[in-house]
Amino acid sequence: MSDSTGRVAVRKTYKLFIGGKFPRSESGRSYPVQNSNVALASRKDVRDAVLAARAAVKGWSGATAYNRGQILYRVAEMLEGRRDQFVGLGVPDDEVDEAIDRWVWYAGWADKLTQVYGNANPVAGPYFNLSAPEPTGVVGVLAPAEPALLGLVSVLAPAIVTGNTVVVLVAEASPLPAITLSEVLATSDLPGGVVNLLTGRPAETASWLAGHMDVNALDLTGVADPELAAEWERAAAGNLKRVLRPAAGPVDWSADPGVGRMTAFLETKTVWHPKGV
Amino acid sequence: MTATTASARSDLSEVGRSEATLRTFLHGLPGVDQVGAEQRTAMLGTRSIKTTAKAWAIDLAIRMVDLTTLEGADTPGKVRALAAKALRPDPADPSCPPVAAVCVYPTMVPVAAAALWGTTTRSAGDAGRVHLASVATAFPSGQAPLEIRLADTRSAVAGGADEIDMVINRGAFLSGRYREVYDEIVAVKAASGDAHLKVILETGELVTYDNVRRASWLAMLAGADFIKTSTGKVPVAATLPVTLVMLEAVRDFRDATGRQVGVKPAGGIRTTKDAIKYLVLVNETAGPDWLHPDWFRFGASSLLNDLLMQRTKLSTGVYSGPDYFTLD
Repeated sequence: MSDSTGRVAVRKTYKLFIGGKFPRSESGRSYPVQNSNVALASRKDVRDAVLAARAAVKGWSGATAYNRGQILYRVAEMLEGRRDQFVGLGVPDDEVDEAIDRWVWYAGWADKLTQVYGNANPVAGPYFNLSAPEPTGVVGVLAPAEPALLGLVSVLAPAIVTGNTVVVLVAEASPLPAITLSEVLATSDLPGGVVNLLTGRPAETASWLAGHMDVNALDLTGVADPELAAEWERAAAGNLKRVLRPAAGPVDWSADPGVGRMTAFLETKTVWHPKGV
Repeated sequence: MTATTASARSDLSEVGRSEATLRTFLHGLPGVDQVGAEQRTAMLGTRSIKTTAKAWAIDLAIRMVDLTTLEGADTPGKVRALAAKALRPDPADPSCPPVAAVCVYPTMVPVAAAALWGTTTRSAGDAGRVHLASVATAFPSGQAPLEIRLADTRSAVAGGADEIDMVINRGAFLSGRYREVYDEIVAVKAASGDAHLKVILETGELVTYDNVRRASWLAMLAGADFIKTSTGKVPVAATLPVTLVMLEAVRDFRDATGRQVGVKPAGGIRTTKDAIKYLVLVNETAGPDWLHPDWFRFGASSLLNDLLMQRTKLSTGVYSGPDYFTLD
């Protein structure tokens, strides 16, 4: 194909984002969205994504909170630079603004969460007793379909800012902003595997993610069908995953998100340390 | 694929008589078609083994594992844990078969024997029980005087090992002193007594496939019960093409002499997918006669966990994770 200037058009292939790379689906399948072909992830892509996410846990959760905050802030910077691309995909201008602001907001929480949710507990003995929040591990996320960018950012950023790694099943209807966001993530010093984005039909792949014994938590926010949500929550019980249920009513994504999404995927570690005498 | 049919059906008992006859024989073996071997293994690696065939292959692969720990940091406790895992790889599933053998350093042999069998000898009636292999002959380099290597072997056998993994003298082999290598294998075979002798060729140090083929024949002529690719201590360990060459050698050796020799790839085989590729290779090269723990083994440690995870996936229907299996 060539346009009126005689140049050959560079057509974009929308692929998955696994382990910092952009592979096609293992199955070779794709489906059309807005005149583009988008990879249709399979069960084995879920498997590969969980492997990548697990491999990234050690480095990402071991990074200093300050460093994680900087990287998330960098994501916001890169997002700002790609603003036009998102607008070109049909994301409204003010939604892009809100998505960038949300990254910055969560980036700021990286090195503050421990101070707010950690504690020095008073105990009846000669000990320091300290509780500190720690990441849960690998979090499976079902992203909401609308708003495509802000909704995804609002479930993604709180999960990773605390040191979790995620496998996100992007909603079937709106994959293009998600893949563009993965290009932002890939160029933001975010270690490969911390975020893995799978496009396709969550209805097909989510049960594999929900049942996976090496996934530690499941965010069902994007599930519209309550029966499916219940089914996947049951599957998640196999290894006692932490589960965040979808909201009962409509969600105002522009509202102050609060800290609930961050604290949903945290464990509390309490240590007893003898006081010197 | 070129087959090594040279000298087939001829009397091979005289080959080891002198340096000259050995050299004539080994250099008379046809050369390996390197591109062909790599292409064939790549092609066989694309075979898709699914569902019931996969379940069968996984169980067979578990039964073929020589569960190995060869670290300077091995302790009696670690060896006992390994032996327990060998006997019952998946404590959650009694239908999971035991592995073929435990493979340890000679100093750990008595500990492993006690843990596996309760005594220092594997009784004759224990056909289905786990074997105890020990590396010997100054593993992994083999760079010690012959007397010391033989003493190493004798002490492993005395401790209870019923399989001995020896290393060949690569220095002598590469400089063309075939007779020396041959005599050493014969001596170690004698020192091993009733124990099965596995001869480690250390293919990563042999450089060419032609050398692998020659070393395979040399080891088999000298009396090896098994030929094994690697120690796992050099960067290049078992690869599919190298195993292909060795499988061709054991097949042709049986055609020529009637004696069947086993093959053991070791080092670098970590996933179920890899293991199944090897099983396909065995079936297509040496034939189904070799698809048995008596004739084919995997020298591995982390492979077992992946096999168990895949086995659990098939039986439960959900993906398992490394958290549910012991580290060693």
